[in-house]
Amino acid sequence: MACFLVSAAEAVVVTAAAQIMKNSEMKADSQKLAKKAAVETKQEKHLPWSKKLMILAQLLWGGAFLLCFEHIWHGEVVPWFPFLTAMNDPGDTAEMLHEMSTIGVTMAIIVTVTWAIMMFVADRIMERPDAKPQKAAA
Amino acid sequence: MTLLICVFAAIIATIKWYQRKDDSMMPGVPCVLFWGASLMWLGDAIFEYAELGAEYFTPAAEDMLNDAFLGLSVVALGLILWLVILLIKDPKGVVKASLRKKAASK
Repeated sequence: MACFLVSAAEAVVVTAAAQIMKNSEMKADSQKLAKKAAVETKQEKHLPWSKKLMILAQLLWGGAFLLCFEHIWHGEVVPWFPFLTAMNDPGDTAEMLHEMSTIGVTMAIIVTVTWAIMMFVADRIMERPDAKPQKAAA
Repeated sequence: MTLLICVFAAIIATIKWYQRKDDSMMPGVPCVLFWGASLMWLGDAIFEYAELGAEYFTPAAEDMLNDAFLGLSVVALGLILWLVILLIKDPKGVVKASLRKKAASK
């Protein structure tokens, strides 16, 4: 009924966290440059946290957007107040909240866990030594 | 059916992302869009399967047709969104060059 709202709410929080992280990373980088310290650090062998969080935010926004369309398709979301048809009836509202707390939370967990696995694998891939250039055919 | 169509769209988008020569076409956008939606519909499918059991895999023809229509519409909407983002961000500067050309010709 409105399960995508849980993911949308998580997306808002993650986007804000990614922005804060990006600002602090930029600040740290500029401090390093000011001190003329070597920029190559451990962080460069991993994706920066701001980028990792932005990937999660994009997954959540993308999913929430397309699921919102599905809910419009089924007549559960309408373009006029209160936007959710389930809000018109207390019984439907209770059902909607139950759906959000079960299906909605499960959706958000699936996306977040998949993202965590992706980022773990991405870090392992970045730690790999670069592949040797292939020899030209004789 | 919607989940299946979205998963196929996500797989094709991922293959295109892997084959990319550069990021000028922003191939990552449809990837995150379709994978995000697929994962979320997977959660929905788990609950539906828990409720219906094996019946979940034998939907009525009318439901399947409606779901397929929805799935294709979702893919179309995702691709439209990708195009809009691509044209607004304009990484190759094609839109900007075209607008400047039009402005200069007036």
